[in-house]
Amino acid sequence: MLKLLWLMPAIPFLSSLMLIIFGPRLAKRSVAVLGVSSIVLSALVSAVVTATFLSFPPPGNAFTQTLWTWMDVAGFRLHIGFYLDAISVLMTLVVTFVASLIHWYSAEFMSEDEGYSRFFAYMNLFVASMLTLLLADNLVLLYLGWEGVGLCSYLLIGFWYLVPANGAAGRKAFIVTRTGDTAMIVGLALLATQLGTLNIQELMLKASAQWPVGSPYALAAALLLLGGAVGKSAQLSLQTWLPDAMAGPTPVSALLHAATMVTAGVYLIARTHALFALAPLARHAVATVGIATLILAGFSAITQWDLKKVLAYSTISQIGYMFVALGVGAWSAAIFHFMTHAFFKALLFLGAGVVIDAMDDEHNIFKMGGLRKELPVAFWTFLIGGCSLAGLPLVTAGFYSKGLIIRAARASQDGSPALWLLAILGVLLTALYTFRMIFVVFFGRAKIPVGKRPGYRMTIPLVVLAALSVVGGFVNTPAALGDIHVFTDFLNRALPNWIERPAGSITEMGSEGLVTLAFLTGLGIAYLVYIRNPRYADALAEFSISKALHQFWFADWGMDWLYDRIFVRPILWFAHFDRADFIDSVYGGVARLSELTYFALRSTENGKVRWYAAGIAFGAVALVSMVLFL
Amino acid sequence: MNSVFYLSAAVAIVSTVLMITRLNAVHALLYLILSLLSIAVIFFISGAPFAAGLELIIYAGAIMVLFIFVVMLLNLGDRATAQERSWLKPSMWVGPATLASILAVEVAYFLLHEPAQSLAPGEIAPKAVGVALFGPYVIGVELASMLLTAALVGAYHLGSRHVEKSEPRNLRQPANSEAHHVDFAKPGIASSDDFVRVGNDRPAGAP
Amino acid sequence: MILFALGTIGLLVRRDLIFILMSIEVMLNAAGLAFVAAGARWGQPDGQVMFIFILATAAAEVSIGLALVLRLHRQYKSLDVDAASEMRG
Repeated sequence: MLKLLWLMPAIPFLSSLMLIIFGPRLAKRSVAVLGVSSIVLSALVSAVVTATFLSFPPPGNAFTQTLWTWMDVAGFRLHIGFYLDAISVLMTLVVTFVASLIHWYSAEFMSEDEGYSRFFAYMNLFVASMLTLLLADNLVLLYLGWEGVGLCSYLLIGFWYLVPANGAAGRKAFIVTRTGDTAMIVGLALLATQLGTLNIQELMLKASAQWPVGSPYALAAALLLLGGAVGKSAQLSLQTWLPDAMAGPTPVSALLHAATMVTAGVYLIARTHALFALAPLARHAVATVGIATLILAGFSAITQWDLKKVLAYSTISQIGYMFVALGVGAWSAAIFHFMTHAFFKALLFLGAGVVIDAMDDEHNIFKMGGLRKELPVAFWTFLIGGCSLAGLPLVTAGFYSKGLIIRAARASQDGSPALWLLAILGVLLTALYTFRMIFVVFFGRAKIPVGKRPGYRMTIPLVVLAALSVVGGFVNTPAALGDIHVFTDFLNRALPNWIERPAGSITEMGSEGLVTLAFLTGLGIAYLVYIRNPRYADALAEFSISKALHQFWFADWGMDWLYDRIFVRPILWFAHFDRADFIDSVYGGVARLSELTYFALRSTENGKVRWYAAGIAFGAVALVSMVLFL
Repeated sequence: MNSVFYLSAAVAIVSTVLMITRLNAVHALLYLILSLLSIAVIFFISGAPFAAGLELIIYAGAIMVLFIFVVMLLNLGDRATAQERSWLKPSMWVGPATLASILAVEVAYFLLHEPAQSLAPGEIAPKAVGVALFGPYVIGVELASMLLTAALVGAYHLGSRHVEKSEPRNLRQPANSEAHHVDFAKPGIASSDDFVRVGNDRPAGAP
Repeated sequence: MILFALGTIGLLVRRDLIFILMSIEVMLNAAGLAFVAAGARWGQPDGQVMFIFILATAAAEVSIGLALVLRLHRQYKSLDVDAASEMRG
């Protein structure tokens, strides 16, 4: 049964190929059937594989399936091979399941777009690449999947390519993640040259054997891989592309930029945890990046007026949580949060899609209102998703996964009280922006009448994901609340647990209590400002400092402005400056030459009889001389 | 014998040169006739009396007369002479002269490398020509006759004015006929059936 | 040969259609002369036969050419060959 593993990425890849070739000729219904069923089939394969893995675990808790040898150069071998262990089982299950729900949703959501088959072709290609990434047994195949998802991200962000801004957003995403990818490839080169292999398991073994803790090679490699992860997961310093990526269709935002692609960085670091274990500095870097991103994105989120941009910053912030978990060594906590985040963030995005569609493509939340009565299914599912995101105590999945991370931030040897407190501040911010969003959109007076109501294909995925957002957390609860650790036990087959520091002053329950307090504070502020008395917000906005802060946070802490000044403008200036160098003159010269030839030839066709007669005479002279003298 | 040949050749060349440099069409035609006459003499000397006779009768007789008829018919007048003067600048002669002289030099070179023959080996009687014509070359005769018929029909059709008869006659009211060619709508050339007068009063727009 | 060259020069230089036709006559004549001279050299009547054909061709060509001259004159009110250099449709 485990041998079916290769079908998981192969089926979407095949269907994507067929959609690219035959798509324009197929009827819409066939396209939808093909596009959705391929992912559903892949999810089925994943379910079967997972069931087999759980009931009959393979030896060593890992299964390798090698398809063929990619290259064998000077003793350096690379295979196209798939490696299945606890991490990849879980992640592929989540990815395929969420992806199939999103595909089904988009069968209805995108039904009025003329690029229907193109959409499904790209989406299927994306799922195939993501699965390749997750299942790769060596870093080069992983990089192949990495680039594949980057490509599909570019294609899908700029899906409505007739609007120039969408193309620009796609290019921005591609270029920024490219920067990270460059760091990653340098890291791969370093690992390959130093350790002679890029097969992940071999790599981890060799690294642990050859390099001591604190080795500069390990540090360099880990930091470079971190660079790649930062780019793909839109963490600090390379996060500027994700808010602009919201220019793509909503299902794209749901699938790529919430649930799957952006977590590829998390996966990379989790996979190469042995390297990070050898470089404490790198771990600290990961945690620092994570916590900084968390806070920064949280502040940015509370100022956004575009519904999808709030969710984009929220994604950045939540992945910051995952990075924090990775940084303190709580590998399984990071994967746990990935799973719950996939559920509720996809749910939120799909719900946002329903809302935006109903509001006739209006994205500004302050132009919406009162949708509680009009779109009940959307409201309740969105509410559940939002509560899960903010971490409503006890009943939502987000509470448990976030709680685990926050506990690890304090309890792990690599953690610190500062990290812990900042993470709790993050909870406050999350609650604030989440409930701000919910109150403004769904409560209050209705401003725009509802246009389109969603059909069953859009509401059923919402309901399913809402259910998962509630119960998904029950696989791992803290000791005082049931002490279930099915999840972490499962993952601990592949990942080590974090190292506990000696018990501190605050107990587990105390930590959870503080988290709950932060949650309630954020909720309360949002309620006060947006439901009870909007004049508080206006009064607050009167201060020039708050105006300045608002502007600053809105513009993503000035990052876009900074990059524009530092990178974009100099390069553009240089390109303009260099636009006529001698290489250009070669090409220009060719054009000029053909132009001159054209003019010369054109004058021979002037309609004048005597010209033509002269031509004949000239030709006769030439012929005769050729005969005579040659 | 040879001196006669060279003399006639010189006359032919000189008269051709004069012909192509004349401004007046009729003068040029007269020089052309002179050139043809000298060529006929050369033919006679070379022992081809039939060809000489034909040249005189048909070429200098019929064809040149046709030319002269048309030139008289067109009645170009002094304006044409002045125009020709303006067209015939010396600079115009350089290019064609160069080309043609190269051609002449080449052929001359080619010819001069052949061993020289003396002229007039013997006469070829018209009877021999006739026998050859209706013997092996009879197809050529038939084709030539067809060609002449075609030329006849073509010349008649091109020269006739029945194309203009399809134009509406009331040219004073241009609104009646939108498909009118603008040239014919001008009152000055209204009676375009009389093209003889056309050459005299040139409308402003014509070159 | 010299005559042929002269005829070519005349053809190329003159703009008046009549002169061009005359130059063509000169060229045809020169070719005919060549043929007759060749025939006389070899003592066969074929040269003269060729000459007769050339003559017939020249006659046909002159008649058509002159008819065209008339047409051109009617159309453009002049005999300038360059006036007919507009290549429309």
